[in-house]
Amino acid sequence: MATFIIRRLIAAILILLAATFLVYNMVALSGDPLEDLRGSQAPNVQQLIEARIRLLHLDVPPPLRYFIWLSGIGGCFIGQCDFGFTIQQQPVVVLLEAAMGQTIQLVTISNVVAIILGIVIGITTALRQYSAYDYGITFVSFLFFSLPIFWVAVLLKEFGAIGLNDFLQDGGTVSPVFIVVFTVITGLIWASLIGGDLKRKAATFAISGVATAGVLVYMSSTGWFLDPRFRIGGADLSIVIVGAFMIAAAVGVTAILSGFKRKRPLIIGLAVALLGIVLYVPLQYTLLNPSAFVMSIPFLLLLAVVTVLVGVGIGWLFGGEQRSQAMKIGGWVAFLSGFVIIVDRIQQVWMPYSESGRIRGRPIATIGATTPNLDGSFWVLSLDTLTHLLLPSIALLLISFAGFTRYTRASLLEVLNQDYIRTARAKGLTERTVVVRHAFRNALIPIATIIAFDIAGLIGGAVITERVFGWNGMGTLFQTGLDRTDPNPVMAFFIVTGALALLFNLIADLAYAALDPRIRVS
Amino acid sequence: MTLQTQPNEPHATDAESNLELKEVEGLSQGQIVRKRFFRHFGAVAAMVVLALIIVLAFTSVGISLWGIRIPGWWQYSWNDIPPVVDGGRPSAQHPFGQDTVGHDIFAVVMRGTQQSLMIMVIVGIIGATIGIVLGSLSGFFRGWVDSLIMRFTDVIITIPFIIAGAVIGATFGNLGAAILGLVLGLFSWTGLARLVRGEFLTLREREFVDAARVAGASNGRIIFKHILPNAIGVIIVNTTLLMAGAILAETALSYLGYGVRAPDTSLGLVISDNQTAFQTRPWLFWWPGLFIIIIALCINFIGDGLRDAFDPRQKRMPSERAMRRRAKVAADAAVLRGHESDDPAHASVAESVVDETPAEAGGDDGEPPIVRGDDPATGR
Repeated sequence: MATFIIRRLIAAILILLAATFLVYNMVALSGDPLEDLRGSQAPNVQQLIEARIRLLHLDVPPPLRYFIWLSGIGGCFIGQCDFGFTIQQQPVVVLLEAAMGQTIQLVTISNVVAIILGIVIGITTALRQYSAYDYGITFVSFLFFSLPIFWVAVLLKEFGAIGLNDFLQDGGTVSPVFIVVFTVITGLIWASLIGGDLKRKAATFAISGVATAGVLVYMSSTGWFLDPRFRIGGADLSIVIVGAFMIAAAVGVTAILSGFKRKRPLIIGLAVALLGIVLYVPLQYTLLNPSAFVMSIPFLLLLAVVTVLVGVGIGWLFGGEQRSQAMKIGGWVAFLSGFVIIVDRIQQVWMPYSESGRIRGRPIATIGATTPNLDGSFWVLSLDTLTHLLLPSIALLLISFAGFTRYTRASLLEVLNQDYIRTARAKGLTERTVVVRHAFRNALIPIATIIAFDIAGLIGGAVITERVFGWNGMGTLFQTGLDRTDPNPVMAFFIVTGALALLFNLIADLAYAALDPRIRVS
Repeated sequence: MTLQTQPNEPHATDAESNLELKEVEGLSQGQIVRKRFFRHFGAVAAMVVLALIIVLAFTSVGISLWGIRIPGWWQYSWNDIPPVVDGGRPSAQHPFGQDTVGHDIFAVVMRGTQQSLMIMVIVGIIGATIGIVLGSLSGFFRGWVDSLIMRFTDVIITIPFIIAGAVIGATFGNLGAAILGLVLGLFSWTGLARLVRGEFLTLREREFVDAARVAGASNGRIIFKHILPNAIGVIIVNTTLLMAGAILAETALSYLGYGVRAPDTSLGLVISDNQTAFQTRPWLFWWPGLFIIIIALCINFIGDGLRDAFDPRQKRMPSERAMRRRAKVAADAAVLRGHESDDPAHASVAESVVDETPAEAGGDDGEPPIVRGDDPATGR
């Protein structure tokens, strides 16, 4: 295993070297870096030109200049990164540090959401092949697949943001027409998804429709969109909703991973959820309280890991004969419960945030990655980042989500037609076991590769999205560099994205080995 | 369940593959593919729409290539500047409206469509050619040729298309759409090369290739006559997808300012120029976007139809009802024949089919039922 990883890393570094050499020369030869000075009327233009030549080593031909640049990058291994200077004489490292966080945030969030959504929807369409739902999703994913990302982004910015903000400013009440249309559409989707004969479909449609309409009417009448809390008589009883979500998570995870035939996994899932509910109130006064504890992203990640470990541990301790299933269920339920608590915490700052003087009731941002000079706790700042991320992420994920849906559907259908699935069914295994244990794992193998390849496309999309939404991210670094024939910032962009792409490829290879026992990495 | 296999017959075939075999009996590979393709409604509709768009785009504003200018039937050209009518809103005179200067947006969009189509075709041809050549060399010869070509492919694949495209566009963008397409094609072959290599690696181990080699065929003959025709499905399907990607890439590059430049025009450029006017002149934004989507959607649907036609693995299975109906018809026919027949043993076999078919056909979970040997006609 270790030798495999090391061999792949060495290969990756060699490939990256060759690719950077190619791109460096292409950028350096794409124009004249002194163009703006040649037309300049400044009296000291000769000195300026000489200064720039000296700073950027323009007297060295590009293929050799690449090695000067490379030696600066090589400094990263001894802790002194030198990405060179831009034409404006700013060190690229500083610019890169500022830009990298935003872009990686954008790409990661949209990729993760797209993968989850794409796989879930892909599986459901494959299981309901040739239903109205399947045809609908197929058409929609083809449509998304064919959308130019800049067009979607402009549309979201001009349509989505303004529409949403107007909606929030007008009191956040949903019009009856919208409620009816939305209810009918969700009802139809559920009916087609659950399937069965006409009577069952009608029942599903009625139940889901009533539930959707009820929730919407409640949200609209109590101003939930302005203040997403559950209150009865002034008291904040959001713990009821949080608890309901946790129990639903426990039941749902158990239904998928082990079924209800045996009691123990379900009990463990519910126990973990209960632990979450019990911890909810104490957490509000300790870790989640900004005046008692200063939260940060790394600590939040650490907390997530600890939460999952606790869930897995409960499964391990009390799992009995179904220990492995119980551990999985415990881990997932713990993770989802923690997630619900964090979402709830962010919802608590929604109203103060949107009513604050800098936001003025129009919280959906269209420009930049954060509100400049916004002061507040970790949660307020997180919410601010999220409102800025919302529209660019939607633009990005719509397109990659379409691809994942198609690939998952195709791959699962192919697996479901295999002989071993027929054997599994013939053995009398339940449909859940056949799909989750026998089909899904095998269907994941080709998807792992697609996800790795998609990351490069996503970075390209990020460049465009950033431009539409006026972010000062890596895309800007790349574009301004290219416009001025300035290889250093362009290369900084490329080396990060290229390294990211190679890293994901390596992860895909390892995932391959983990999923497919026939493949041995050594 | 009694298997209806006769001892001297090959194994009982699934109902689906039986239907499948009947449909393709006596047809050549090309005819089968064509037949399957034309059964795909979406693909056929997409092909008609695409043909209409091509005709519309090239006849309306005419052709301008390498200094040759053939005018079309539309009264304005994309660089004419007629006076602005009614604030540029869409009217009978200017169906897609006008921009602030007065350009007729219909003419501009048609010209942009031409450019996009042209770049798409050029990228498709160049990308497919390089991909096929490198992929087949690599997969056929293996060894050091393979390593060399695949490492080169890895290098190119590491460069995101948007970076390659932008750098190329910054250098060659002012030379016109054809050159841009040509250079973009040089960076778009990597996926296809890998797929073709994979196909070659499996196909070259097949018996028919051994047979050809034993018969004394040269490498060139084996590649072109024996392996490539068998890989054509993968190649065609992925070339269409490549072309759909190319049209989105071209518009995106033009949007960023690295693609087609003024005074010529492109769909991405129109959107980029006018996005700030979205609130006041939305038609400047809707029409070019709509045309990009329609073209890309058509190509994607055609690609899907081709995939279904070449690769029946994901092909639609006959619906449950159709299978049941067919099974019933076959069973009825068998009963009739069974009664006419003098052989009582055979008649009883046929009757057992009648008893079993409905039970077997009623699959659960909406899964297509697997009905074994429901067609005794072939078992005779």
